[in-house]
Amino acid sequence: MQITSMHFKARAGKKLADVKLQAALRKLQSNFVKGRADRILELDNFEDIRAAAAAIRDRALASLDVWLEEFERNATARGAVVHWAETTEEANRIVCELAAKYDVRKAVKSKSMVSEECALNDALEAAGVEVVETDLGEYILQLAHEAPSHIVAPVVHKSRDEVSDLFEEKHKLPRKTGIPDLCREAREMLRPHFLSADMGISGANFIIAETGSTLIVTNEGNGRMVTTLPRVHVAITGIEKVVPTLEDVTTLLRLLPRHGTGQSITNYVSLTTGVKGDGDLDGPQHFHIILIDAGRTKLIGSDMQAMLRCIRCGACMNHCPVYQNVGGHAYGWVYPGPMGSILTPIYAGLENALDLPNASTLCNQCGVVCPVKIPLPDLMRKLREKQFERGLKPWPERFGLALWGWAARRPVLYAALSMMGVRLLAWMGGAAKLIHNLPFGGGWSGGRDLPAPQGKTFRELYRQHKRIDRINRTQQD
Amino acid sequence: MRVGLFVTCLVDLMRPGIGFAAIKLLEAAGCEVFVPQSQTCCGQPAYNSGDRASAQALARKLLGEFEACDHVVAPSGSCAGMIRTHYPDLFADQPAELERVQRLCARTYELCDFLVNVAQLKSIKEKSIKTITYHDSCCGLRELGVKSQPRALLAMVQGLSVTEMPEAEVCCGFGGTFAVKFGEISTRLADNKCGAIAATGAEAVVLGDLGCMLNIEGRLRRRGDMKTQVLHIAEVLAGTE
Ligand code: SF4
Repeated sequence: MQITSMHFKARAGKKLADVKLQAALRKLQSNFVKGRADRILELDNFEDIRAAAAAIRDRALASLDVWLEEFERNATARGAVVHWAETTEEANRIVCELAAKYDVRKAVKSKSMVSEECALNDALEAAGVEVVETDLGEYILQLAHEAPSHIVAPVVHKSRDEVSDLFEEKHKLPRKTGIPDLCREAREMLRPHFLSADMGISGANFIIAETGSTLIVTNEGNGRMVTTLPRVHVAITGIEKVVPTLEDVTTLLRLLPRHGTGQSITNYVSLTTGVKGDGDLDGPQHFHIILIDAGRTKLIGSDMQAMLRCIRCGACMNHCPVYQNVGGHAYGWVYPGPMGSILTPIYAGLENALDLPNASTLCNQCGVVCPVKIPLPDLMRKLREKQFERGLKPWPERFGLALWGWAARRPVLYAALSMMGVRLLAWMGGAAKLIHNLPFGGGWSGGRDLPAPQGKTFRELYRQHKRIDRINRTQQD
Repeated sequence: MRVGLFVTCLVDLMRPGIGFAAIKLLEAAGCEVFVPQSQTCCGQPAYNSGDRASAQALARKLLGEFEACDHVVAPSGSCAGMIRTHYPDLFADQPAELERVQRLCARTYELCDFLVNVAQLKSIKEKSIKTITYHDSCCGLRELGVKSQPRALLAMVQGLSVTEMPEAEVCCGFGGTFAVKFGEISTRLADNKCGAIAATGAEAVVLGDLGCMLNIEGRLRRRGDMKTQVLHIAEVLAGTE
């Protein structure tokens, strides 16, 4: 996917002013934030499960190569073919080659953020394959030619009204307004595609080493159709999604739906193991699994490795005050919110997403809700350090901080400067004690005044008090 | 009990009264308060901006200034949080200093946390202000677990009623340099917070961090609200508001 993260600030400004978007984003609060809070109450040992989930992910990552090889062995034994793609381009090339090999004219897809990373649809269309997204949200976005704005609820930025208008225009049917009617209409449109598709493309929430299975969680049932109806099934995912055992997956599944959609469990949890066997009623004849690196192995052993624990639940963005107010499109690539502010610079280049690691107050709401305990603010801070080391920070910030840091190490000079500073600010505040326009204040003064200081520093006053105390004491003596 | 007061750079500059309120409370709780005169900043702005070297230099300076105290107390969750949860990271590769830092961390507290859990302050005199709401500052809340302590202290004040605002735990949008770099987003978050405060109808919003204080007060005034007071919890408890 084309990256536009360099325009974060300008985009965010527009999104803040977009009344419709603001109304749509409020759904996150009521559905997902509250949903998660309610659902974790069902678990009496929630924190233990969370610790276990993080440990399971760490264990998988600690011997990633071992589990991946085991996965390949077991998947191959069941008749699947495992492909390794070092880059997203390579992944696209493999899928296009498979499409050519099996004479595929139409592919149906269930939701896959990794395929968004690859911009797979564009590659397939360029190769002459018709691609139909079958996840309701992704289907809407495909009709509207828009990118997802959330990793779990890709179309969260759109209102029901907008979807009604879009369906009316594209389907050329009388306008529907009720959600069940809209869903039915989409179903009816999608059914013939499922039946006529030659290839089904899915993602995978997890891949399981001991069985060689891929696993997806969905709510709409489209995932099952995609993975069973067409002749060819291609599952595409990142190498970090491997977990050692089915037992491990059950632990992770206790957290993923609760954190993602506020559900105890999703409507479907589908495990796909191997190709259609003798006597099986359905299933693909050919099953290809494409495992993508695209920057992931670079993180193994680095100070960012914890990010690979991510199970893509979306809780960090649902709870992020910045995401809640600007939405996902402002972030400018596949992954938005706190996890995206880390993944985008890592996968798409630090210099291509300078704002993102800084676009957070480090309030740590994301860190406390992450089901696999990723210290997201710490990782953002590490990226800031990398920006600083590589001289990628704007000079006024570097200069300002350097000056502050330099002065703060010299108490006498610092005292003198601060005494002058607070007097100046107090004077600027005037009678109302408010500074309306702060010079060098950057974005502060656009929407806020600065309460003016009292005019003397604490340390000055403290010395005066001490002196007075001493005089009083001497007089008493 | 000898307590070193880390005033914090923002209190020193912007609202020295809070420092004196903190001294009053600590003395009322029976502590001997020591205020190192060379103290400046904990290094948080540098740390959060990626300038590790400057942050480390300031951390080293603070360590030297406060090491001799039984406890270090700061009227700010984010500065106490910086010391307690982030200083060890700054010295992770320097074992000798790390040990000293860890000893300091274990003795460092946010003011309310200290008053409730260490000094065990028991009573507070009646105050002029009657209705307040409390904003939970992020670092205090999520790094140090400061949530019940300020409420316990406020509950000791006779005749004071606390009305909880919706989403008291949501960030006010300050975030240090974030407030300057992403002014529009920061303002929106501050505005949401002001709306939540207004919904309670309280005379004052009380909190424990200077950054949030400047941000919330700055936004309230710009919105035209000249009435709602923005007070540090130390000011309310010490009666110096
Ligand atoms: S970082 Fe954590 S909270 Fe965010 S999507 Fe990944 S697992 Fe979920």
